[in-house]
Amino acid sequence: MVDFGGWDMPVNYGSQIDEHRAVRTDVGMFDVSHMLALDVEGAGARDFLRYVLANNVDRLKTPGKALYSCLLKPDGTVQDDLIVYFLHDDFFRLIVNAGTAEKDIEWFRERLRERQSAVTLTPRTDLAIIAVQGPNAARALPKALPSAAKLVSTLKPFHAAILEDALGEVMIARTGYTGEDGFEVVLPAAAAADLWTRLSGAGVAPCGLGARDTLRLEAGMNLYGQDMDETVTPLESGLAWTIDLASPRDFIGKSALNARPPARQLIGLVLLDKGGVLRAHQKVHTDRGDGEITSGTFSPTLNQSIALARLPAGIAAGDKVKVVVRDRELAARVVKLPFVRNGKVLADVAP
Amino acid sequence: MNIPTNLRYTSSHEWVRTEADGTVSIGITDHAQAALGDLVYLELPQVGRKLAAAEACAVVESVKAASDVYAPIAGEVVDVNAGVTSSPEQVNQDPYAAWLFRIRPADAGAAAKLLDARAYEATIGDA
Repeated sequence: MVDFGGWDMPVNYGSQIDEHRAVRTDVGMFDVSHMLALDVEGAGARDFLRYVLANNVDRLKTPGKALYSCLLKPDGTVQDDLIVYFLHDDFFRLIVNAGTAEKDIEWFRERLRERQSAVTLTPRTDLAIIAVQGPNAARALPKALPSAAKLVSTLKPFHAAILEDALGEVMIARTGYTGEDGFEVVLPAAAAADLWTRLSGAGVAPCGLGARDTLRLEAGMNLYGQDMDETVTPLESGLAWTIDLASPRDFIGKSALNARPPARQLIGLVLLDKGGVLRAHQKVHTDRGDGEITSGTFSPTLNQSIALARLPAGIAAGDKVKVVVRDRELAARVVKLPFVRNGKVLADVAP
Repeated sequence: MNIPTNLRYTSSHEWVRTEADGTVSIGITDHAQAALGDLVYLELPQVGRKLAAAEACAVVESVKAASDVYAPIAGEVVDVNAGVTSSPEQVNQDPYAAWLFRIRPADAGAAAKLLDARAYEATIGDA
């Protein structure tokens, strides 16, 4: 068990690599109740989110649709990343990181006061979240939660809906952090152990933070606090796709991003030489200057070491770089993200 | 936790077995492999390298972390286990069969002065 944002969480239940493979080839589950649901309700909720979130909530036209967004500081750096679910008129639910939750709440409340807004913000500490992930997630979840059978068969990726179950009000979202099909089930905390036991009975493998990290890294997804934080902008973090600087919409951080063209980028590395495992904070030598690995691991799917690295702008997929691993410089190739999606290797891993 | 009584141990979680020819085989303990998790990379010393006691001489890397392996006693490396470098998971599966390297001790009596199973168990009990 390790401390993660103030929560005691398991790194692994058994073999971390077996847990990883369960999610890539079958189905696994993660207790991600450390993340916090924040309900944003009332007239003006959409206007408020349009201003405080970097991605545009106007993309959420039909109820149930979800959107990934950064929460920026006025200087354009990343205060948090989150998913916002549009549940119905004047009602949105944000799911934010554990370590940043208190700061986020305070930040949102200050912005609401500034705007003299009547929108309410409710931290849902009464809710737990279980992520059921993998190609067999849609088969396994209804076995444990029969009331979700119809919803699971019709819910589109990056959509969510709320259903009434004997366990209470349950939100089912087809979202995740693994690069596989899957669901995040948000339910009353008191019912979480019951659902976990039922999922286990349906053959879903319990997975810890270790597998969650290798899965998200293979999927090319950032971990807040490690790959990005309040020292970098989303444009330096591989998240330009979440930001539309050309639109007339104003949002917190926009003018700073316009004034600060990115000198660095976040991109993938595959280790070519033998000699170790890529890890966070290892130095990277490139033709355009030095960079640094922000997350590195051994990829069970590629059977090679992979990393996310912040490198000088101008370095591109296909370039060769050198990574300092202990006392040696090892060759690595720059690759586009993700490394793996839906069980398939997408990165160029040939030596 | 498996701690065979016929081996000697260090507080840095190496095990030591004296072979019939007087060389000693060295590996990492069951406790060490469990704490590291799935091993994915091993770096072993060169044959012929002379090691001082407690010198860092090998690296074991798991999915989670890298960790040094220390020479339990002084001596010269006479063999390394190429099988485990190509399949590091052997160390997880059977840490006492998957030796890492063998040394010819500088002092034939040194291994016997290391921790016995009970003393090693007491050190990890404190951890």
